Amino acid sequence: MTATATAPMRSGSIPAHAPTATDLERLATYPYVVVSWIDDAGYPTSVATSFEVDASGGTVPIGSPAGVPIPTDREISLTGSHIRPQPGIGYDERRYLQLWGRSDGATFTPSRAWGWDEAEVPFFEYSERSVPQSRRYLAALSVEKGRTIRPRLSPFWLALRTTRLPFLSATAVPVLLGIAVAASHGAFTWWTALLTLIGGSFAHLGINVTNDIFDTLSGADDANTTPTQFSGGSRVAVYDLVSIRGLSWLALGLFAVAGAIGLLLVAITQSLTLLWIGIAGVIVGVAYTAPPLKLVYRGLGEIAVALGFGPIMLLGAYVVQTGELGWEPFVLSLVPGILIALILYVNEIPDRRSDAEAGKRTLPVRLSPEAVRAGYLVAALAAFAIVVAGVVSGLFPWPALLALAAVPIALRVHQGLKVHYDSPYTLMAVMGQNVNLNLVVGGLLFVGYVVAIVISALA
Amino acid sequence: MGWLPEPVERLLEVALVGELTVIGRGGRPITHPLIPLYDGTHVYLHSSTLFSKKLEHIKADGRVSLALTDPVAMKGNPDRATIQGTARVIDDDPHSDWERLILQLWQAKEPAINDFLKARVALPLFFERAVIEITPERCLYWKDGRTDRAPEEHVAPSEVAA
Repeated sequence: MTATATAPMRSGSIPAHAPTATDLERLATYPYVVVSWIDDAGYPTSVATSFEVDASGGTVPIGSPAGVPIPTDREISLTGSHIRPQPGIGYDERRYLQLWGRSDGATFTPSRAWGWDEAEVPFFEYSERSVPQSRRYLAALSVEKGRTIRPRLSPFWLALRTTRLPFLSATAVPVLLGIAVAASHGAFTWWTALLTLIGGSFAHLGINVTNDIFDTLSGADDANTTPTQFSGGSRVAVYDLVSIRGLSWLALGLFAVAGAIGLLLVAITQSLTLLWIGIAGVIVGVAYTAPPLKLVYRGLGEIAVALGFGPIMLLGAYVVQTGELGWEPFVLSLVPGILIALILYVNEIPDRRSDAEAGKRTLPVRLSPEAVRAGYLVAALAAFAIVVAGVVSGLFPWPALLALAAVPIALRVHQGLKVHYDSPYTLMAVMGQNVNLNLVVGGLLFVGYVVAIVISALA
Repeated sequence: MGWLPEPVERLLEVALVGELTVIGRGGRPITHPLIPLYDGTHVYLHSSTLFSKKLEHIKADGRVSLALTDPVAMKGNPDRATIQGTARVIDDDPHSDWERLILQLWQAKEPAINDFLKARVALPLFFERAVIEITPERCLYWKDGRTDRAPEEHVAPSEVAA
């Protein structure tokens, strides 16, 4: 009997271990145990019985069921199991514990233990830890059946999951703002604006897929056993829903469409500036995880994202409409740049252990929790300060101040980081609020520019 | 048609959890809490490929037992039973076999599963599942869960066991 409180947690399923004093304390919380053994006919058999725990002796005195004698000449097991049915919802408080050992007829002495308690290892984490077992089983099943058997999703859901389509809001905000600024300067063509949005979206999706390829190859996604809907990548390669080869072809296809639209826009605008912006965007996006630069592994991921979803996207959209660069769109681009980098920054918090294992030197890997929280507040307030400074200096129209209405969201996220920093699953709501912060600020800035355009037209 | 005594069938019809014991490596009994389903003849359990060691064990040795012991999981029914039998794993297509074979039984017993099915995209491997079909061969039944009294023993008619 060891004194260790719990088995060490690591990637892979939960390991069996030598029984601990904690195991016996936990067993004592169950109202009865199920005793199991292999009977003389070779079948498992089980019977429920009463028990006590002798913590000092490390043994379990057990009741003697009538007519079903518990054998003393072979290994037996005791199982405690708890579940609370929640009608219409499912279950909660799932936990069970199995101890193996020998009985002398009255007292059980454990020699091995295994258990799961969803209060300690949430179901989603337990599932992620078990992914290698699923892959092994399906590989063996393929051999057994003589055909490849892989997990599947319907084409729609697979496409949604593989490309991480919902994250396209990060592209929509800077592109629409760039178009709005250009429109406030009297330059707006709807169909080039639409092409910009489509091209930017394809580039973003291509970058998402590329990042998944390299995070899978580096082992970062495999090591991550606490992914959430906001973090941990698409996991389609980890789950073997799509092969790395399939992802590579998909990324190439997405980049091909994005490149074709980009070149069409360069041809239409005759702007070499746009060409350079497009090239910079693809380099930053791919180099984010791809060798040789692997920006995110060198602690430059947040800056790369700020550049890509700030100046590159917003200025690109502006140049498509006007053919030239400008200070106003550049300064404005810093706002979504910061806020989208903050999405990454917060989403990296639950990934920090697996990122560290894979050598990704993200800011949450390098900084203390206190520093990460302080960094969030400073950066979020800096985004709002840029809006105020832009309006005060006359660079932005005054209705852009509408964006300040989102300050409470930033403060709620900061508060949420204090409470939920170490809990990936409760942090999900905070991550959702943080995604909303970018959408709300971007939306309010867009509305501010539309209001300014209308006022200007009426004046 | 099944041969299990009526009180045991009643337990199977309401049980939200039963303890499936399989024979692990080296002849070790390994117990898994699972939701049992019953069609009047066979007992069905099912398992995600995520938690598929039990399936490997059954493929190696199909002899299993299922204990129904927890009055909370039996909706207040205090009776207890242990069913021994031979199991086979149905996993020709882990993506959809289980939907065809046991989804209706599962939905009837656990309607909340419908919400999980809508979230299939979030848990794709959880829904790659195999069905465990148990043919009952012997049954021990404890009225009122009194295991301090000898159980009633019931054995399958010879044509079923064969």
